[in-house]
Amino acid sequence: MSAPSKIIKICFLLSTFYFLFSFWNSFAQSEKFFEIRAKKFSYTPNIIRVNKGDLVRIRLISEDVHHGFFLDGYGIRTSAHPGQEGSLKFVADKPGRFTFRCSVTCGEFHPYMVGYMIVGPNSRFWMYGGIVLGIGVIAFLTTFLCKKQNVQG
Amino acid sequence: MSKDKLFGLVDLSWRFELTKFKLIRALFKSRWFPLLAIIFNLFIFVIILIAGLIGGFSAGNYNFGIMIVWILWWVMLMFVLVPIFSRAWCLMCPFPIFSDWLQRGALFNVNTGKLNGLNLKWPKALKNMWVMNILFLVTTFFTGFFTVRPLATFILLGGIILLAFIIGIIFEKRSFCLYVCPVSGFQGLYSQFAMAEVRRKDPEICKNHKVKTCFVGNECGHGCPWMLAPFHFTKNTYCGMCLECFKSCPHDNMGFNLRPPGVDLLVDEKRGLDEAWKAFIMLGIAMVFFLTMQGPWGVLKDMVRGASLKGYLTFISLHSAFSLLIVPAIFFFFSWLSKLFSGAKEVSLRKIFTNFSYTLVPLGLGVWIAFSIGIILPNGSYILHIISDPFSWGWNLFGTKNFPWTPVFTGSLGYLQGLTLVILYLFSLAYGFRLARQTYPDEAQAKRGWIPILVFLTLTTLAFLWLYIG
Repeated sequence: MSAPSKIIKICFLLSTFYFLFSFWNSFAQSEKFFEIRAKKFSYTPNIIRVNKGDLVRIRLISEDVHHGFFLDGYGIRTSAHPGQEGSLKFVADKPGRFTFRCSVTCGEFHPYMVGYMIVGPNSRFWMYGGIVLGIGVIAFLTTFLCKKQNVQG
Repeated sequence: MSKDKLFGLVDLSWRFELTKFKLIRALFKSRWFPLLAIIFNLFIFVIILIAGLIGGFSAGNYNFGIMIVWILWWVMLMFVLVPIFSRAWCLMCPFPIFSDWLQRGALFNVNTGKLNGLNLKWPKALKNMWVMNILFLVTTFFTGFFTVRPLATFILLGGIILLAFIIGIIFEKRSFCLYVCPVSGFQGLYSQFAMAEVRRKDPEICKNHKVKTCFVGNECGHGCPWMLAPFHFTKNTYCGMCLECFKSCPHDNMGFNLRPPGVDLLVDEKRGLDEAWKAFIMLGIAMVFFLTMQGPWGVLKDMVRGASLKGYLTFISLHSAFSLLIVPAIFFFFSWLSKLFSGAKEVSLRKIFTNFSYTLVPLGLGVWIAFSIGIILPNGSYILHIISDPFSWGWNLFGTKNFPWTPVFTGSLGYLQGLTLVILYLFSLAYGFRLARQTYPDEAQAKRGWIPILVFLTLTTLAFLWLYIG
């Protein structure tokens, strides 16, 4: 088989794989609803998990004082008073772990009032984790494969 | 002989002397520097203390003291001052100004006679980091108070200044700075990674200079207040960069150099378990701080802010055990594996444990820089408010009082934290193998002994990656 035809076959296989993967993923995207309760100084649930592409709806309920909800990475916010809820609706189009934090001064621990939204797959973590592991493996191989190293000792 | 190059690029012996420029040398030799910087910072600290007292128990995010100390100063310390300029904060720190004034009888002029105060020598057994380690750890027990309650910050900083004064009355020179100050410990340890240093230039000049005025002082400058011998010290750890040696050296033989990061880690002098434990404590505190402050678990926040006595005592106990026992124990296990793998029976486990603990300096600094990124990006905008209205009296000095809370680049937080950890992990590896060569007598043993430490550093980095962005 000639090289160009090999390349064409490989490209076709990769394209098919990508199409199937995207097709499958499109079924994984769905609408997710979360009722998040805010009370000094945490949220319940404190961690929400969605998939990339999901339509996310959040209802924010305050159980004590005026609380806010700001989502890192998406730059969207809402707030809730006791008896007056807030809401958000957005598409989770960015993967990774994002902090949502209180945007209304609610007490002394206000800056630490945070929760996490994890949009899977958390490619950011896997990328850096892969880099660290890769560096570690390279360091291991370099240690033993390189001849006497000119390093201080 | 070819030179040892960091990452194959930077010669570890490279130095660039900034004081070769006349203006910089003139500045360093002037008695006005760093005095003016210290006085300026004293002014800022007075505002911090007043704001802390006035702020009382109010929420800290709109308080000058809380924001300047725990957001601006802390982040500047971790980002710039320590990794780049070593102990440059000590150069301009106002904590010891009152004890200096008392001892010298003057702020500007040089006292060439006996210093005031009792001038007792610091106990020899405590001439290390142990007191600082414990004090710093104990200080963190109250993090749920002084980082959020203005009055708690007032009490903490006021207490430190008072303690500095009392110790300055009793003990000689900068004993407080050297052996007690909670900030001094981690500055000393992490300054070994810094890209700047104060060192003597030509050893022959110092050798022929019998009087050693850098140590004993003269009419131009005090003898080293940090009780170092500027003519031959080789590590940043205990140099507070007060610049007295620049003023007192009649031969202009002191230099302020830029250098590759981390070179002090390879200086095999005065390595000790005190510094090893400092490294463990800093890692442990970083993990606990992240879990409690930047984590989503309300139960941990309730514990650290003392919502219940039982919870608070549980926090103190677990926090202490983790930093003082668990982290060191895990590292001890990997050190033991290192000895086992190396096959070097003649090298003591203590030496292996101590030497390799210095691999935690770059990684620890990376952990703290990444933590600080998570503090400044969401909360930095509060600074614009408080500089215009430092006492919450309705002032608007710079027109920024009503600047709204504005998180900045928080979407990139994870990328920045991950990148920071990876970069400093690389430095830990680079120096780690070199430390292995210093620890073990031959190359084969060093290579084998290095592997468990490599695994430990990799696992620790992965753990913090998971914590920060996982």
